[in-house]
Amino acid sequence: MSGFLSVLSREIRLSLRGGGEILTLVLFFVIVGAVVPFAVGPDKALLARIAPGIVWIAAFLAMLLGLEKLFGPDRADGTLALYRLADIPLSAVVAAKVMAHWLTAALPLILASPALALLLAMDGETFWRTVLSLLLGTPALAGFGAIGAAVTVATRRGSLLAPILIAPLSVPVLIFGVGAISASGGPDQAQAAALLLAALSLMVVVLSPFAAALAIDWGED
Amino acid sequence: MTIDTTPKMSWWNRLSHPGQFVVQTRPLVLPLAVLTGVLFVIGLWYGLFSSPPEKYMGDTVRIMYVHVPTAWLSQFVYATMAVSALGTLVWRHPMADVSMKAAAPLGATFTAMALFTGSLWGRPTWGTFWEWDGRMTSTLVLLFIYLGIVALWRAFDDQLRAARVVAVFTLVGAVNIPIIKFSVDWWSTLHQPASVFRADGPTMPGEILTPLFVMFFAFTFLFITLQLAAMHTEVRRRRITTLERRAARGDAR
Amino acid sequence: MTEGQVHSPLCLRTFALGVGRGDTVLARDIALSVPAGSGLLLRGPNGAGKSTLLLTLAGLLEPLEGSVVLEGHDEDFGPAFHHCGHRNAIRPRLTAVETLEFWCGINGNAAMPVAEALDRVGLGRQAKLDAAYLSAGQQRRLALARLLVSARPVWLLDEPTSALDTEGQKLLAGLIGDHLAAGGIAVIASHDAIAVGGLGVFTLEAGA
Repeated sequence: MSGFLSVLSREIRLSLRGGGEILTLVLFFVIVGAVVPFAVGPDKALLARIAPGIVWIAAFLAMLLGLEKLFGPDRADGTLALYRLADIPLSAVVAAKVMAHWLTAALPLILASPALALLLAMDGETFWRTVLSLLLGTPALAGFGAIGAAVTVATRRGSLLAPILIAPLSVPVLIFGVGAISASGGPDQAQAAALLLAALSLMVVVLSPFAAALAIDWGED
Repeated sequence: MTIDTTPKMSWWNRLSHPGQFVVQTRPLVLPLAVLTGVLFVIGLWYGLFSSPPEKYMGDTVRIMYVHVPTAWLSQFVYATMAVSALGTLVWRHPMADVSMKAAAPLGATFTAMALFTGSLWGRPTWGTFWEWDGRMTSTLVLLFIYLGIVALWRAFDDQLRAARVVAVFTLVGAVNIPIIKFSVDWWSTLHQPASVFRADGPTMPGEILTPLFVMFFAFTFLFITLQLAAMHTEVRRRRITTLERRAARGDAR
Repeated sequence: MTEGQVHSPLCLRTFALGVGRGDTVLARDIALSVPAGSGLLLRGPNGAGKSTLLLTLAGLLEPLEGSVVLEGHDEDFGPAFHHCGHRNAIRPRLTAVETLEFWCGINGNAAMPVAEALDRVGLGRQAKLDAAYLSAGQQRRLALARLLVSARPVWLLDEPTSALDTEGQKLLAGLIGDHLAAGGIAVIASHDAIAVGGLGVFTLEAGA
């Protein structure tokens, strides 16, 4: 357990001292959301209708941006090899990293989502639903991200390949994430989507550290 | 007759040596190719000339004789890859790596064919080339997964390391595909009910069903033939890489 | 160090070990036997497989043939190997103290307080400094301090003298000497002379 906390605190420290890494991510999130009106026109009714989708796409892209620093620097400086000699299992290290990734790359986005809600003319109820759906769904994105980063860490073009691998896997997260916000299918459907999203997140968060650890262990030399 | 001095190996062990695998399965390729060719000739003749046009869709129904078998293969090939991935991870079977690598581009091709014929079929029946229908959408996502796996194979220099990493990703994908299918079905509104395999029996007339099943087997045997040939090629490619590396290091052996 | 080692003496052995990367064998038929309290110096030209052998001993690479056994090691004691490679595993933006605390946290078996370890390698005054501002030699010393904060019986050192000044090389010899005196094992790949008494030498031939 102390090993888990050591990794977690190291990752969070590195992110906080990262020269505005978190701020960059939040800015990216807000700007992606803010350029959409320029592309589709400032029609408030239309924006309000597509706002949940925009917020989710922006969050998805922003979380992809942060993936590169998940295992890449550790591999470059030799830390990754030493994780495999540590007294805690590699999957525990990965689990700590997934948690740190969520805390530093997803939580700030959720905190910044009021800005997007304002720009995209969301009403109050939709906004709270969006926050809830992001809270439920982003852990799954972090877990898939860890798998993508782990299978590509030993390759040369890893940073480009990981998003390609993760995007198809993340389709259910986007579907249920947006489904939990928009009430097009009625409140029953939205609730079902929220529950499915929570189940998916739980499954991915539990299983991804093992899959990612397996990939790192066997991909390393 | 020569005396066999090597200890008797089980077929499993014999197949696990790449060179032996090629020797053992080489004679299978030609008969399989001939069988595939015959099945295609029968299936196409039945499908194009000897079966009537369908009541509502007319002659366009004949696209189905290509579309349905490729759509089936798009999933069957993934199953083959997932089983091979288990072979790599659990039994460390050397030929499982090769089978996994050979299947990926084949699966991507069959999936692309299924999508292509599907959109050709969709134009006259739905009036559009692309419809965000549940099955087409999940097939598209499946194609992306296949292409991702092919790209992942190519990103590694060392194919032995690549095999294990790709195996992990293939299994992650195998767990996810049912979830993707479920989520996409939930999401899509336009959805044709499956009409060939139903609990109460097929609803299609026999004249259409016969060529469909022949084509079904023709495509499946096509896959088996291509898979074997691709595995032989891959074994040779690895052999060449090893020899090249030895030559580069100046080893005479 | 533990009771288990009292009963059966610690000994690092390899049996007909073949090492290499991928399917390329670099060295084969390696039979080593390094008992507790002794060290082994690996010699050999570049490309002979010294680093690969150390990685294989650490269990980071799989042996292509044969096996590596650490006799008399109690599994409950935790991992037995410290590996110190070319890369120092030091990250900018963390101070020297934080770096060592992190390694102590995940490696367990705390043996020496972090501050004491830093003093021992001569980094006492740089303890609160961002590791990015340490010189190459100082980073090397920090990497060596990692071996001190968690006790492990076997040290595998790959070119430990690189970037170290004369003082640093003396320090390294002192650390290895203390480790061996405490009943540890060390396998060192180096082209430099290491001033520790009683080191065995094993030479790897090129292109074996």
